Amino acid sequence: MLLALLVLALMAAILAAPLAARTIARRRAESSKRRRIPRAAPISYDPGRERRAEQRARELLRSCVNDEEWGMYRDLGFIRVAGRHRPAGRRSTDARGTEGRGTGAVPDPEATGSVARTGEPPYAYLVYPHKPILAYVPATAQLLSEYCVEFPDISGGGATRLPASDDVLAKWMALTSDENRVIGRANMHLVGRQLDPARVRRDLWRLSEWERRRGTQDSIRIRRA
Amino acid sequence: MKPGHGEVLLTEGDRRVREDEERLVAEFRRQLDEGMWAAVPTENPGSGRREAEMVRDYSEIPPEAERVIFFPRAAGG
Repeated sequence: MLLALLVLALMAAILAAPLAARTIARRRAESSKRRRIPRAAPISYDPGRERRAEQRARELLRSCVNDEEWGMYRDLGFIRVAGRHRPAGRRSTDARGTEGRGTGAVPDPEATGSVARTGEPPYAYLVYPHKPILAYVPATAQLLSEYCVEFPDISGGGATRLPASDDVLAKWMALTSDENRVIGRANMHLVGRQLDPARVRRDLWRLSEWERRRGTQDSIRIRRA
Repeated sequence: MKPGHGEVLLTEGDRRVREDEERLVAEFRRQLDEGMWAAVPTENPGSGRREAEMVRDYSEIPPEAERVIFFPRAAGG
């Protein structure tokens, strides 16, 4: 019995020997390769710096946008910006000063048969950080299109993305000052390419609930006053 | 606005002082030459709504503007 076990152990060792030899050789080769290749400089990622940058960006955003928009961003994570074009207005392709190079054109809610209620803009945008701008019809919550746009770092400083709140502020400033230019530069797609339509519809519902609560709170304040 | 940093103060000064204005103009041109867009946060006198105004030249900056924000120009994503 003991002899049989010894024979079995010997056979197992003999069978495993080539495998072990190959493993050792591979590890030696990898180790030698690592020694030959000079190590790249460690990436100086500083989470504290990123956090401080985002904090500064939030303060800047808060100082620029309307109180309602700030509250929206703080509570919901996005901002709604009203579209400036009226149904009879000019399109981005014939607007003076437009430097558009993308495929974007301002939304045309009339083409979808949507009719704005009194006081509502015919279309609006939802501005998310580091996501496409979404155009929709507030009156019907119909999703129109998504505009992929980014603000890349051109200074070559290493970091390529603005802090999230700076990205939102850049989109807000571009949309409120020169909608044609930013939309003209964007790549326009049907909703669903990057944004999940179900999630956007949920965000629109969250927005309506948020506005309803704010309206209720305001009316409560008025009644109490 | 600068990636990885957020808001960075480039320069500041009183536009009514000649030396300050020269420095402000030089910085404004440098930023635009580097390909940045410049915008001034404003308030619509009629509605009171805050919005932004894009400026392409130093002379376009509204006299009452307190700051000009430079940010990377938009590109299709």
